[in-house]
Amino acid sequence: MAGLLQVLVLLVLLAAAWRPLGDWMARVYTDEQDWAVERVLYRLVRVDPRSEQRASTYAVAILAFSFAGIVLLYLMQRLQSLLPWSFDRGPVEAGIAFNTAISFVTNTNWQSYVPETTLGHAVQMAGLTVQNFVSAAVGMAVAVALVRGFVRSRTDRLGNAWVDIVRGCTRILLPIAAVAAVALIATGVIMSLRAGVDVIGVDGRPSTIALAPTASQESIKELGTNGGGILNANSAHPFENPNPVSNLLEIFLLLVIPVSLTRTFGRMVGSMRQGVSLLAVMAGLWTAMLAVIWTAEARSASFAGANLEGKEVRFGIPASALWANSTTGTSTGAVNSMHDSFSAFGGGGALLNMLFSEMTPGGVGTGLYSILVVAIVAVFLAGLMVGRTPEYLGKRLGRREVTCAVVVVLTMPALVLLGTGLAIALPATAEAMTNSGPHGLSEVMYAYASASNNNGSAFGGLTVTSGFFQTTLGIAMLLGRFLPIVAVLALAGLLARQPRVAPSSGTLSTGTPLFSVLVAGTIVLVAAITFLPALALSPLAEGLA
Amino acid sequence: MTSTTTSHGEPGIEEVSHESAVTGRQLRRQAGAAVRVLLVLTVLCGVLYPAAIWGVSRLPGLYANAEGSVLPSGGSSLIGIDPVAADPAADPWFHTRPSASAPDDAVAGLGPADATTSGGSNLGAAAEDLGTAVEERRAAIAARDGVDPATIPPDALTASGSGLDPQISPAYAAQQVPRVVRVTGLPEDRVRALVADATDGRTLGVLGEPRVDVPELNASLVTAAIGIR
Repeated sequence: MAGLLQVLVLLVLLAAAWRPLGDWMARVYTDEQDWAVERVLYRLVRVDPRSEQRASTYAVAILAFSFAGIVLLYLMQRLQSLLPWSFDRGPVEAGIAFNTAISFVTNTNWQSYVPETTLGHAVQMAGLTVQNFVSAAVGMAVAVALVRGFVRSRTDRLGNAWVDIVRGCTRILLPIAAVAAVALIATGVIMSLRAGVDVIGVDGRPSTIALAPTASQESIKELGTNGGGILNANSAHPFENPNPVSNLLEIFLLLVIPVSLTRTFGRMVGSMRQGVSLLAVMAGLWTAMLAVIWTAEARSASFAGANLEGKEVRFGIPASALWANSTTGTSTGAVNSMHDSFSAFGGGGALLNMLFSEMTPGGVGTGLYSILVVAIVAVFLAGLMVGRTPEYLGKRLGRREVTCAVVVVLTMPALVLLGTGLAIALPATAEAMTNSGPHGLSEVMYAYASASNNNGSAFGGLTVTSGFFQTTLGIAMLLGRFLPIVAVLALAGLLARQPRVAPSSGTLSTGTPLFSVLVAGTIVLVAAITFLPALALSPLAEGLA
Repeated sequence: MTSTTTSHGEPGIEEVSHESAVTGRQLRRQAGAAVRVLLVLTVLCGVLYPAAIWGVSRLPGLYANAEGSVLPSGGSSLIGIDPVAADPAADPWFHTRPSASAPDDAVAGLGPADATTSGGSNLGAAAEDLGTAVEERRAAIAARDGVDPATIPPDALTASGSGLDPQISPAYAAQQVPRVVRVTGLPEDRVRALVADATDGRTLGVLGEPRVDVPELNASLVTAAIGIR
């Protein structure tokens, strides 16, 4: 009962933020004026904020920015001994540095290292924290570019990628993250530049407790749906998430932008119904999956009488299930309990959330563009079934538009199935698993689903430090991020060029409950068709055994 | 970058031409802008922002939290590092949960965690190894507290996600009270009162779970029974 009320409190907070934040973000991306600090910034980087880019240039800008981010982050890790606050933690090994650079630039934040013993504070702040911000800003920029594709007509311009990225940071992410970081410190989250603190326990034993500049990264880690912990146990660590209040705040932060972007979308296309119908899909699937994960965890006795292995007492089952559902339904991947130790259906539910391609409500920006792409596929399918003209928001969906959409939809399943299949075929993989049998397969499949969806959570029992995993998971993260981004921007360009068509009697009515059902059905159907055979061998086999 | 500049910097990062392919010149321009934007945002989000938050964390009400909530009596109120009883028969402490980071010689993660790192066991809920560990923990805890192995609460038998969980369920605290009373010689009412002081219900009645804070409880035990150390 208290658990349900806790969910209710979260939903009330999200509902309260939806309107002001959604409207604010719409203003941010349509504002003709620059802030004074932004004008200084544009002058420094020699970008004309009033010039606009075509889809191809917009895509080149995003790709170049991300590539530069990977190179800088890789170099910072390799040269960390030269940076302050590195505490003799030494240069990061090449494979880990490669994987980590890609991981944080792609908004995945998959971690194949123990942060508190591997990375110094300079890399954490000037390297990882920066990518926590800008990878989220990139996601929002791409989503907004797609929305502009629907809004605009007869133009080849989608906006200016640099302005969209900068404004995402200065007007949305930085202000909210700063307030949240201070609030988190007030709840007990640490913010220290020391390596650790030496303490004497009550029994006289000395020990050392690791410290880090946590709060500033914790807030953007959730707000930007990044998820990379500054400490190994992530948000299960008492210093990252000390109590139920910080826990609720962190769940709120990781959901608030993806949820509110539906209003931003509605406002920009001039029809709030369109945004609400997508929000309904997100909320419906989120609720259904919460019920699955929560029930599975609550019913699992495991060996101890209740499945508390990998869970913290202050959160218990309800707050752990709520977090797991929210972190895998977005692209966050932060954890407040260890998913590998969940019951078969509980962990399977978290996996399925990612296999839905993360749009319940999805990552910052990625959630909105992913669900818009599925909406396009749904409109197209409905057109085939009942003979309606495939139009969405006044744009015709022709062969090229649908091709782009299908590339987005199929990239992730292809990467997950190919990656998992390849890994399972290798004898060394069996040794990398903590668990064997169906649960071992779940560990591997979870890893590739997490990487390809840029989620970053893990069934942590899989040892992923081998060259094979570092490389293939790195490639899955790269392709899983940038193939869809390029296809989405190409789609945005095609849409922007079209004239708007007035709805006719043959147009499928979108922005209705029926349309929400159609979109949700498409999400479930695509996941079922592509993943049911693999799921039958992993969580389903384990859960039904 | 030789073209004329305006107050907004260089006009036309974007060419006004109508060809849709990306030219080499555009590529170089965007690449240059990418590096410059990255560096500027690194200063803004990676230096100024954390520095500002760190500065705010020096304020009196926040400073103690920011540096790890270290207790005057030792340890941190947020990190559970299990005290080790020198003699198992004379064990005056409330113990935290098993930890995946406890040294290997401790029975299935009983014993002090390594607070320089953190993490869980990642054993699946149905994994045989977890079953073995739970049974080892069950036997060791039943012997320590002199209770029926079947009555031990689940949180006592499972390793936490962080390995540093400072809190236990009220049921696990209650199980340890008789032993603490016997060893410390404190009146049972007194120990129960200390446990009650260290117990938090759900925040606002709805958030999280009821819990007993072990570092705080052990610290108050030291004060109550001087010389138990």
